Amino acid sequence: MPEKNRLKNLENIVEPARDFSRRAEIKQGWKTVAPASAAVAPLALALGMLVSKSGFAWWWAPIIAAIVFAGSMEFLLVGLLTAIAPLTQIALSTLLVNFRHVFYALSFPLHRVRGVGWKTYSTYAITDEVYALAANPHSHRWSRAKIISVQLIFHTLWVACVTVGAGIGTLIPPWIQGLEFAVTALFVVLAMEAFAVRRSIPVPVLALLCGLVALLVSPEHMLIIAMSFFVGGLIAAYFWKRHKRA
Amino acid sequence: MPEPTYILAAIGVAGAITWALRALPFVMFAPLRDSKLLAFLGERMPVGIMLILALYTLRETDMANSAHVFSVFLALAITIAVQAWRKKMIHSIFVGTAVYVVLASAAGI
Repeated sequence: MPEKNRLKNLENIVEPARDFSRRAEIKQGWKTVAPASAAVAPLALALGMLVSKSGFAWWWAPIIAAIVFAGSMEFLLVGLLTAIAPLTQIALSTLLVNFRHVFYALSFPLHRVRGVGWKTYSTYAITDEVYALAANPHSHRWSRAKIISVQLIFHTLWVACVTVGAGIGTLIPPWIQGLEFAVTALFVVLAMEAFAVRRSIPVPVLALLCGLVALLVSPEHMLIIAMSFFVGGLIAAYFWKRHKRA
Repeated sequence: MPEPTYILAAIGVAGAITWALRALPFVMFAPLRDSKLLAFLGERMPVGIMLILALYTLRETDMANSAHVFSVFLALAITIAVQAWRKKMIHSIFVGTAVYVVLASAAGI
């Protein structure tokens, strides 16, 4: 058999096998991500409802969900957009709200994702949930197909549920008020979850004081004032502690 | 209603910064991992930032309107109680919001 034909035969064997294993990996990804997707579906529906109840056309919902793709920031963004907050305030809020993502790189198996395009998408889509799913020792043996399918399936389902929520939102009669409380409740619950991880009283007290003072100074610029004082206070505490130890 | 260009710019800014926060550590891994200040902040920021955001969402509460203030406090208390009891995020948000929606719709807030 000529060399060329033999190679071709070999390819005919290898290719379907690779296809088969890729399909198996995607299936694995689906199994991994399905419970997390189901868990956030109600939040996605609520976000969509909030978008259309806040007076935005329903199709803004999938745009926000697809591009920002960070749950709590999307909820906050709807409020900031309604208040026509300056872009600088939106930038600072995003920076501080999503700051925790800086630490996700420490354990995410990006080295398993080859190709610049895929790597770019993979970093784009490290949400809290994706990080949590990949934060186990096994993930460092996950294939690219599995990692990307986990992220892409989660992303797609999130956008789909947000869009459905926006559709439902347009059906809610105008006399039903107060849906925006879901955002308040979300942040209160997230604060309680963060407190459960690190039970320290001074930090939340400092944050509440900064928030209340900022509200008194200027409700409109409350976010920037409160967050700057809070983070400034933490930085001061860090250097104070180091100074005392030295 | 805000201008579409403003909305798009805002979505772009929020999306770009979120991506930068997720991608940059892979590029400059060592300095971020070794920074003690960042680790210190990372441990303490979440609870405080979330509390400030919760306060921010309540900034338009009309303190002179006792029905509004009552609705906010009752819904907050119920959200916190359900979360402390069941520790299921979705349940707490759903119940707290439902209580607030009923009160706010009835009072016309």
